[in-house]
Amino acid sequence: MTAKTKTSKATPQKPKDNRVGPPSFWRRYVSQIGIVGVGLIMWLAFVIAAPEVFTNKNIYLAFAQTTPQFGIIAIALTFVVITGEMDLSFPSIMALGTAVFCLLAQGGLAWPLALVAAFGTGAICGWINGTLVAFLNIPSLVVTIGTSFLFRGLELVMMDGSGVPLTAQDYPEMHALLRSSPFGIPVQTIWMVVILIGAWLLLNRTRFGAHVFLVGDNPTSARLMGINAVSVKTRAFILVGIMATFSGLMTSIYGFYFWPTTGEGFLLNTIASVFLGGTSVFGGTGSVAGSFFASYIIGAINAGVVAAGINAFYTQLAFGLVIVVSVVLQTLIDRRTKRQSLTGR
Amino acid sequence: MTKATPPTGTPVIELRNVSKTFGEVRSLSNVDFAVYPGEIVGLLGDNGAGKSTLVKTVMGFHSPDPGGEIWFGGNRIDDWSVARARDLGIETIYQERALCEKQPIWRNMFMGREPRSKWGLLDVAKMRSESARLMSDHMGFTSAAVHPDNVVATMSGGEKQGVAITRALYFDANLVILDEPTVGLSLTETKKTLDFVGGIKKAGKSAIFIDHNIFHVYPVVDRLYVLDRGKVAGIYDKSEISMDELIERLYHVARTGSLD
Ligand SMILES: Nc1ncnc2c1ncn2[C@@H]1O[C@H](COP(=O)(O)OP(=O)(O)OP(=O)(O)O)[C@@H](O)[C@H]1O
Ligand SMILES: [Mg+2]
Repeated sequence: MTAKTKTSKATPQKPKDNRVGPPSFWRRYVSQIGIVGVGLIMWLAFVIAAPEVFTNKNIYLAFAQTTPQFGIIAIALTFVVITGEMDLSFPSIMALGTAVFCLLAQGGLAWPLALVAAFGTGAICGWINGTLVAFLNIPSLVVTIGTSFLFRGLELVMMDGSGVPLTAQDYPEMHALLRSSPFGIPVQTIWMVVILIGAWLLLNRTRFGAHVFLVGDNPTSARLMGINAVSVKTRAFILVGIMATFSGLMTSIYGFYFWPTTGEGFLLNTIASVFLGGTSVFGGTGSVAGSFFASYIIGAINAGVVAAGINAFYTQLAFGLVIVVSVVLQTLIDRRTKRQSLTGR
Repeated sequence: MTKATPPTGTPVIELRNVSKTFGEVRSLSNVDFAVYPGEIVGLLGDNGAGKSTLVKTVMGFHSPDPGGEIWFGGNRIDDWSVARARDLGIETIYQERALCEKQPIWRNMFMGREPRSKWGLLDVAKMRSESARLMSDHMGFTSAAVHPDNVVATMSGGEKQGVAITRALYFDANLVILDEPTVGLSLTETKKTLDFVGGIKKAGKSAIFIDHNIFHVYPVVDRLYVLDRGKVAGIYDKSEISMDELIERLYHVARTGSLD
């Protein structure tokens, strides 16, 4: 077996054409094709339901400004979900990180330093989540429900329940970075594309990314082969913390005001984007590009429901439906393509 | 207890006074174990004797209870870990194979030791092409399931095992640990695996070989450890015991818990 010749001599009669090519395009990209399909169908439905709205380019501009607010978190959350965990605390981290920025900037600290402190806060929040989940092995749903209240409570105490105006006069650089439209393209979407590229490289072209898949697939196997599962999961949570802070800043600058309630209403659409994007609830598989496109679909549902004159309460219904249906579809597709039950039983 | 004349030189890896307790279960107690350069060590013992636990302790997956020491190449090492062990040239085919079944073969093949190109990015092209080469050259796999992009879950049991075996041999380790590598393999694959163990010795490297089939173990090993309920019940040089005697003693151990 060590020598090549031995093997080939032992099996000279094995037919070469028995070896098939790579798995078909369809099988490899079935969930991505699914998302694009769902998106197109939904868009057509909206165009038919409210043509005057959906043929106007303004709605697409609005959409390109608001979708990244949760889309960038969805991209980061994809890492955590692939490791087989979940983070429910990011809405609170959005608020806590932004609160730190506002308090420091108000106190006279230069905005870049306040920004660093805000991201540091987000990273620490992520580190706390990750350590509790991975090091102490507590289920992430439980941990992050707890830290969600903890971070929100801390923020409310710090802000004493009141908000902070974030005008363009006071924060010209922040507005240029997070609310401008260079060449007519909303900067939020430019950020989202940049983050997608960075996240794609991180997930698919670094050891960390490779380990995210392996740890989510089978943590014991990963550990037996020398992968530090605790550190991998912790870093995934830290990524969410940092991106949640970024989103909190982007959202607040967009509204010219930091509300202590920042982040409320972000939970469902962000999680829906990750699952609709084809990332498996079971861990081990997923795609950041899927989350990216799914975010825009979720954003379209939001905009479309409102524009089509349907009661806005229906958006909740729609997001809930998207989560349930995409999770069920994922499971079914997975079973078909892998010819086995996903849980392996 | 029968003692073999120990080989000379510095052991590649050595466990001194290692115990391992899981809650109430004591899987290893006061084990002294050494593998010298260029030797194949067989590890025999009943189900639950502690063979896999010993192997995982050697690999740094389990850390020994306080008092136990791990020595590598003559140095005592405190922060032993799987990553460290693999860096120092120890590879293992675990009994449970340690695969990630939803991942493609190429990810499994390089799990934990992914090659990087310039700028520190993963060399995915190399991972794919090397996996394809290894699967066809070393294992001679031609079944439809064996393409580097296929997920492990769809492969047959023997093919999965082939991935684990090929993975261990790819990194050209100084010490290869094989924990029941032939279970479930076809005759040809079993013979290839045994030849591979023989090849390790020819290359001047070491191996720890666990297999319940004594007809597999005896011909390839230099020394034998017999484990019983977590204790080393005996160490034999192959020159001082015939296969029939060995079988006789193993039955005796199973009945009485001691070799004498
Ligand atoms: N992680 C663990 N937690 C608790 N007990 C364990 C653990 N690993 C092993 N054991 C126990 O330690 C003992 C030895 O197990 P081990 O797997 O080392 O046996 P073995 O000699 O490899 O057996 P086999 O020939 O069946 O593979 C068993 O009683 C087992 O139940
Ligand atoms: Mg075992």
